[in-house]
Amino acid sequence: MKTFKIGGVHPNDNKLTADSLIEVFPVLETAYISMAQHLGAPAKPVVEKGDKVKVGQVIGEPAGFISGYVHSSVSGTVKAVELMPDLAGNPVMHVVIEVEGDEWCEEIDRTPDIKRDIPYSSEEIIEKIKNGGIVGLGGAAFPTHVKLNPPKDKKAEFLILNGSECEPYVTADDRIMRERPEEILIGAVIMMKALNVTQAFVGIEVNKPQAIAAMKKAAADYPQIKIVVLKKKYPQGGEKQLIDAITGRRVPSMGLPIDVGVVVQNVGTSLAVYEAVQKNQPLIESAVTVTGHCVTEQRNFLLRVGTPFSRILDAVGGLPKDAAKFISGGPMMGKAVANIDASTLKGTSAFLLMTEEETKRKQESNCIRCAKCVEACPMGLEPYLLNKLCRAGNKYDELEKEKIYDCIECGCCLYTCPANIPLLDIIRMGKADVMKIIRNRPKK
Amino acid sequence: MKKLIVSPAPHIHSKENTKSLMRDVMIALSPTVLVSIYFFGLSAIKLILVGVISCVLVEYLIQKYLLKTKVTINDYSAALTGVLLALNLPPSSPWWLILIGSIVAIGVAKMTFGGLGQNIFNPALVGRVFLLVSFPALMTDWSIPQSWFREGIDAVTGPTPLAMVKEGLLSGQTIPEIFAANSFTTKQMLFVKMGGSVGEISAVALVIGFIYLLIRRVIKPTIPVTIVCTVALISTVFYLVDPMQYTGPLFNVLTGGVLLGSIFMATDYVTSPMNTKGMIIYGIGIGIITVMIRYFGAYPEGMSFAILIMNATVPLLNKYCKPQRFGKEVK
Repeated sequence: MKTFKIGGVHPNDNKLTADSLIEVFPVLETAYISMAQHLGAPAKPVVEKGDKVKVGQVIGEPAGFISGYVHSSVSGTVKAVELMPDLAGNPVMHVVIEVEGDEWCEEIDRTPDIKRDIPYSSEEIIEKIKNGGIVGLGGAAFPTHVKLNPPKDKKAEFLILNGSECEPYVTADDRIMRERPEEILIGAVIMMKALNVTQAFVGIEVNKPQAIAAMKKAAADYPQIKIVVLKKKYPQGGEKQLIDAITGRRVPSMGLPIDVGVVVQNVGTSLAVYEAVQKNQPLIESAVTVTGHCVTEQRNFLLRVGTPFSRILDAVGGLPKDAAKFISGGPMMGKAVANIDASTLKGTSAFLLMTEEETKRKQESNCIRCAKCVEACPMGLEPYLLNKLCRAGNKYDELEKEKIYDCIECGCCLYTCPANIPLLDIIRMGKADVMKIIRNRPKK
Repeated sequence: MKKLIVSPAPHIHSKENTKSLMRDVMIALSPTVLVSIYFFGLSAIKLILVGVISCVLVEYLIQKYLLKTKVTINDYSAALTGVLLALNLPPSSPWWLILIGSIVAIGVAKMTFGGLGQNIFNPALVGRVFLLVSFPALMTDWSIPQSWFREGIDAVTGPTPLAMVKEGLLSGQTIPEIFAANSFTTKQMLFVKMGGSVGEISAVALVIGFIYLLIRRVIKPTIPVTIVCTVALISTVFYLVDPMQYTGPLFNVLTGGVLLGSIFMATDYVTSPMNTKGMIIYGIGIGIITVMIRYFGAYPEGMSFAILIMNATVPLLNKYCKPQRFGKEVK
């Protein structure tokens, strides 16, 4: 079984919702759609108060090269275009739409038929993906059309679909692979055409046997796509780790996957690509897991973008009494929510509720130099040393020499530290400083 | 409304902590402790108890009254030092000997450097070596293993196999003659040695502990395996060159503190290297120095010195050996 070679940890996977079907979440009376749906510049709103919109209509346009379209996920009247706090409480431009009925743009094909023919050229595909507002659904929400359009001097050889879902608790990708395997594979074929590559791989962790079976069955008709079973080890789904596991190639320091001829996309993204290209449906909904041991009804939902978190909680029996932390995403890399009234984004994959006992940070004690962080780091860094240098202050040259910029912030070091040292918290800050210095350096 | 915690990821933590790791090492030592109690009876119990109590007490007193910092005796690390110190002493040691050893181990080797995680040298070994140079007669007064039920009979004292070899060679005997005269057998070396420290009595018990530590992922096999292989390799070479003068690999690995030292002392987190390359160099260094002291040095046994000498190189090894980084550098 394949896996990445350096580091990694084995948290309990807690896939509580693996056997719950994806349920369509009802459309609520109001949608709050953020313009910051993607990495890069937030979209520029193109609707005003009082405008009528349909499902799938553009309400935000890209405001830069790395940016994207935002579409309305509901039909109704624009009530406001204003700054509202996001999940961390920072003000972000939102379009607030009062829902009236559920009227979709005519060009969207809402039939369940699977469309297999791809009558488009590479340029047309990328244009359709851009117009569909597709972003990476694996976490970073990087605009997909940018990733599918590598610089001229670099050539892609493989497409890798990430179905590893190594974050504990989260089952959204597992469910879509079980429920819609062929559409995911057609999405992959579309992206292969866009990239002009002839070979694709889908990496799936071994703890999802039914997803593996469903994908393998569907892949029987797609000989150019190979399903690769991966060991259960975090962070198997990290882009660099996944490429190492499947192809044995290592993305260079400060480099991108395209430097080793690979483009990685999440399986959820592939499904969104299929819908955008074959069905003309922009990215307005995605599968989201709502889970946690303290949640009474753990479920998987198909959620429209712009649904308030608080309303999702209501649907699973409200905020549990003993819940102490509300996380958007998984427990290893998800963000703790500060504002429970924020709304879902395109890239939202899960909501996790944890009790104080499950999540509380313990008192930090002396480093016992056990080297467990060194052993756990999937980038081959020395977290204990980076922590020491960061805390000493002003050691930026040494931090750069120790390759702090290679940190992928996966959290393995902090997870494993027996002395409960907040390694990643400290390293993250030091990394931000070093990156700033590197970026501001005059180019040669 | 109820308040939610907001903190950066990750939001979960492994169940391991300093205390659980130290406890695992104690559990791994328990077969050795039980065997030593079986063979040395009350004297082993007495040494281990005095060792643990005095180490914990010294740490408590220093933290509470001298440094006035948080008392951390609950992490079991001081207790572990006490057990290890006891296992490294001759079974006939008087109680005050281990008390002095504990004061040196915790007071000098650990707390003066800043406590847990800050010391350069293995505290239990510093304690042992201090006693060895200060009380050479007591520290080489080896009683022959006494079983539980024979406790009370006057202890019979005798040298360790390594000491017999050293003395035999000095008096002009060859290795086969010494072995024949003292009737060493492999079985004895595996299960019960003829004489030695409290914790060296059974190789099998030590290896059981080693396997436990590996299963629980407390330590990696790198350091012990490197040391044992190095000792075996070098002694094989010397043995093949002149079997009359040099003891063989099996004898060298199974006698003295090689197993106890490589499994439980050289792997001490604080004083061993933090990456694989460093661990290998460290292990090879300990193996070479141990065999050299045994063959050419004044002491019959060299493990403690070898570990302490290599402890001193650890900061350098950490600085110059780096783990394998992910991906090549691009200019």
